[in-house]
Amino acid sequence: MSETLFSMVVPLVLCGVALYGTARRVDVYDALVRGAGEGLETLLRIVPALVALMTAVSMLRASGALDLAAAALAPALDRVGLDARLLPLMLTRPISGSAALGVGADLIATWGPDSTVGRTAAVMLGSTETTFYTIAVYFGAVGISRTRYAVPAALCADLTGFLAAAWAVRLCFPS
Amino acid sequence: MTMTVLWTAMITISLAAGLEMGRGPEVAAAALEGAESAIKLSLSIAGMLCLWSGVMEVMRRSGLADRLSRMLRPLLRLLFPDVADDRAAMDSIAANVSANLLGLGSAATPLGLEAARRISRKGPPGTASDALCTLVVCNTASIQLIPTTVASVRASAGCATPFDILPAVWLASSLSVCVGLLACRLFARLWNDLPRPVRPSLRREVPHV
Repeated sequence: MSETLFSMVVPLVLCGVALYGTARRVDVYDALVRGAGEGLETLLRIVPALVALMTAVSMLRASGALDLAAAALAPALDRVGLDARLLPLMLTRPISGSAALGVGADLIATWGPDSTVGRTAAVMLGSTETTFYTIAVYFGAVGISRTRYAVPAALCADLTGFLAAAWAVRLCFPS
Repeated sequence: MTMTVLWTAMITISLAAGLEMGRGPEVAAAALEGAESAIKLSLSIAGMLCLWSGVMEVMRRSGLADRLSRMLRPLLRLLFPDVADDRAAMDSIAANVSANLLGLGSAATPLGLEAARRISRKGPPGTASDALCTLVVCNTASIQLIPTTVASVRASAGCATPFDILPAVWLASSLSVCVGLLACRLFARLWNDLPRPVRPSLRREVPHV
């Protein structure tokens, strides 16, 4: 039951939003098309960063440096229930959204979207944010230099997100 | 500058490690493949991203975000006790959080910055108050209800049910947000360097002169 519900999420949301908008006398079609145009602009803004970062990530993977780092940290990560293959994703996630998307997409394509690694990568991407970028934008905008405990608190949240992603995937998809 | 350092380090490490381990040709090929796969990925998620941005615009115009933010207000009052009596600040905080929940990323940031400006007006200049730290942590933790970008990445990799990760995402996000907020509360005591702001509840107890 819940499985069919989640597979129907897009059509359900589309229909619900269309009906709600119509009831509130919104020009739904016009809003949809204009919004889609904005989506295209968003995509155009991230494509150059994706090209630069996916080049670097794929070089890093081919060089064997990632395997080396993963092998070195595997015992420690294993102890907390994390797969060492997810290490590059966890390292890039707080710094750059495009880099994390590139690394995550790479993991999902390599190991399969329905593998445990692929699913965990997807959940990590969906449950964490680009922490350092956000902090820089917010504190930069209001001219704050003494950020006090914002960075450690935000990193606590990120670390929890990573651990919880691995745990939640094990819980929701017992293999 | 951060990205310059990061990118240069990634390229240099791959070249050095690749040559060291005798995988030069693989690194060379990967440099070309990476750029190509970035464009392939962009194209494969483009449709979903556009469609969802359209849905967001309909949500925004039909006032769904406003409705959600009214529902969130009592909860946010608990999370931001120091600014609970500032109506305009609470309004922008609620709008920011509800835009984040609905995945209206481009709308959430200006609303959040507006909230940050209002909060920082009350705090000491140049220093992040407890309320501002809480707001920033709310925004560095992802609370998006439907993570569409990652779902479209999964779909483009051949996944038949890209949204089956939703319960896991909700679980992980809520744990992450809760720990972030708890960390704020805890660290606020450890970083005991600011004069405690007078809480509205305390202010009421002071008799009028």
